Amino acid sequence: MSQPKTIIEKIWEQHVVHVEPNKPDLLYIDLHLVHEVTSPQAFEGLRMQGRKVRRPDRTFATMDHNVPTLDRYFIKDPVSKKQMETLKENCEEFGIPLADIDHPDQGIVHVIGPELGLTQPGKTIVCGDSHTSTHGAFGALAFGIGTSEVEHVLATQTLWQTKPKTLNVKVNGQLGTGVTAKDLILAIIAKFGVRFGTGYVVEYTGDAIRSLSMEERMTVCNMSIEAGARAGLISPDETTFNYLKGRRHVPKGKDFDEAVEKWQALATDEGAEYDTTVEIDANEVEPQVTWGTNPGMCIPINATVPNPDKASTKNEKDEISRALEYMGLTADQPISSVEIDHVFIGSCTNSRLSDLRKAASIVEGKKVKDTVQAIVVPGSQSIKLAAEEEGLDVIFKEAGFQWREAGCSMCLAMNDDIVPYGERCASTSNRNFEGRQGNGARTHLVSPEMAAAAAIEGRFVDVRKFATTLSS
Amino acid sequence: MEPIRKHKGLVYPLNRSNIDTDQIIPKQFLKRIERQGFGQFLFYNWRFDDDGIRREDFSLNDPKYDNASILVAGENFGCGSSREHAPWALQDYGFKIIIAPSYADIFYNNCVKNGILAIKLSEKGVEQLIEKAETSTYELTVDLEKQVIQDSEGFEATFEVPAYHREMLLNGWDEIAVTLTHEDKISQYEQAQ
Repeated sequence: MSQPKTIIEKIWEQHVVHVEPNKPDLLYIDLHLVHEVTSPQAFEGLRMQGRKVRRPDRTFATMDHNVPTLDRYFIKDPVSKKQMETLKENCEEFGIPLADIDHPDQGIVHVIGPELGLTQPGKTIVCGDSHTSTHGAFGALAFGIGTSEVEHVLATQTLWQTKPKTLNVKVNGQLGTGVTAKDLILAIIAKFGVRFGTGYVVEYTGDAIRSLSMEERMTVCNMSIEAGARAGLISPDETTFNYLKGRRHVPKGKDFDEAVEKWQALATDEGAEYDTTVEIDANEVEPQVTWGTNPGMCIPINATVPNPDKASTKNEKDEISRALEYMGLTADQPISSVEIDHVFIGSCTNSRLSDLRKAASIVEGKKVKDTVQAIVVPGSQSIKLAAEEEGLDVIFKEAGFQWREAGCSMCLAMNDDIVPYGERCASTSNRNFEGRQGNGARTHLVSPEMAAAAAIEGRFVDVRKFATTLSS
Repeated sequence: MEPIRKHKGLVYPLNRSNIDTDQIIPKQFLKRIERQGFGQFLFYNWRFDDDGIRREDFSLNDPKYDNASILVAGENFGCGSSREHAPWALQDYGFKIIIAPSYADIFYNNCVKNGILAIKLSEKGVEQLIEKAETSTYELTVDLEKQVIQDSEGFEATFEVPAYHREMLLNGWDEIAVTLTHEDKISQYEQAQ
């Protein structure tokens, strides 16, 4: 038998178009997802050089970052409006399919790719967006690129890429009741740091990963970039194939069976070697809350905020002090004592139907604390519709949440959903950087369940004690 | 893209780790559809308060750094979002070279594509440069051909840039034009699918 290989090596080898000494490999790109923010300058570049889009049929666009979530047809900011109109014009000019603002497929680019079955095992997928790693949940090699690379892919359907190192993040055991995929990825980043994935593609393996649903796997892979890894993926299995079956762009009938056979062969071989392996025990993971200004600044719900005086280096001490000051927190303060002003349930990390169901199960029959403003922003129009068919919107609205239209929304506050200066938000998104949700805004990253419970209590609470009817 | 071979310039030290692209250029400035003019928004929330007034306590606002063209910063520079507006803003502000112990992968690539030389230097080396630049008007000469950094006081450090990136930067290549010379191979690949 030939040498055992990881899925990362297999996908790489299947996509190499050209190799030269002392050069990165020229890699073929199967799917290019496009949104309004990182594409206008790329299309302009094509026009200036008189170039065409090589494969409009392998390109798919939507609008998500600027989309208003109250009235999607009323875009207050003329600059936002112009950016969205520009995408529409560019898609028309270059013949690219677009899920426009009024299209039933519209949604966050990383939510609709999988939903429509565009995302498939073994594909190379890029997008001018760092959370493209999300698609790795299907066993695809998916990574974010800048606008120059967007232009390069539009023109050539390829990218020059240096073969990445491989990193196995092995998650042993099983997550406890009330502990989610979000808590797992936050705990991984807290344990190994925000840089440990730099230069690597991560494969998540182990029993706990195998037990995750596709939507949970997407949450994990989504935040690979917060650990520095451009891509994070999971070898495909029955869970993957069951999710894909019947989706619009997935092969049907006999073709599907053939595709499954090919996809099964992609999974990492027994005995394949990684450049690095780290392990974590899922049983020990507790519900997490970030306290600082990067996703690695994260602690379990029953812990206290770090004390800079206990830091091991001066740099670490400065970093903790600056984060505490920005976040308006005191050293050694229990994170459960922190009161919040806003709750945001949404983003490409946690806006899928199962996320909304879990959050709804926490808030059902309860009321959002009167000092808290809480919004739910479904990841796509079709998720919104499906949730409404189940009556989730009614549960949220009766509890005092606002039920919004699909988009990126308060994850990065490019639309009107902004956390005001100095105010504090429990957010199911992926980044707690300074000013991410609004200038001076203070973000705490949590799971949908933890966000829902925080909305009711007005502060962070251990969702395991809060809810009696949790599903694991 | 402008080629870069040798550059002598004033150093601006920013002694922080994990500077993310949301800090380099906040999201409210990503709505523009042009490639130019982002320099005015560089480190906006650190340079300006909520009312748009310059923050005197942020070092980049110190007039002594007005003509800085070399930025020295802590590890994991440019982490987070893939926004190429970050290198556009740095370049438009006047920075041609960045020196840090490490970079986020996407940001590093984005720099190369725009002709910004992002040099990886040891943590100790970076610390030395930061200390010198914080306490004096400090200039460095960076030679990409020889892959060496020097100052006038005898400091010298070598660095490595991957061969392909080095060639691109030295020549200011249009990468798409280079790739299109391999179009036959791309077509062959597509036909084999």
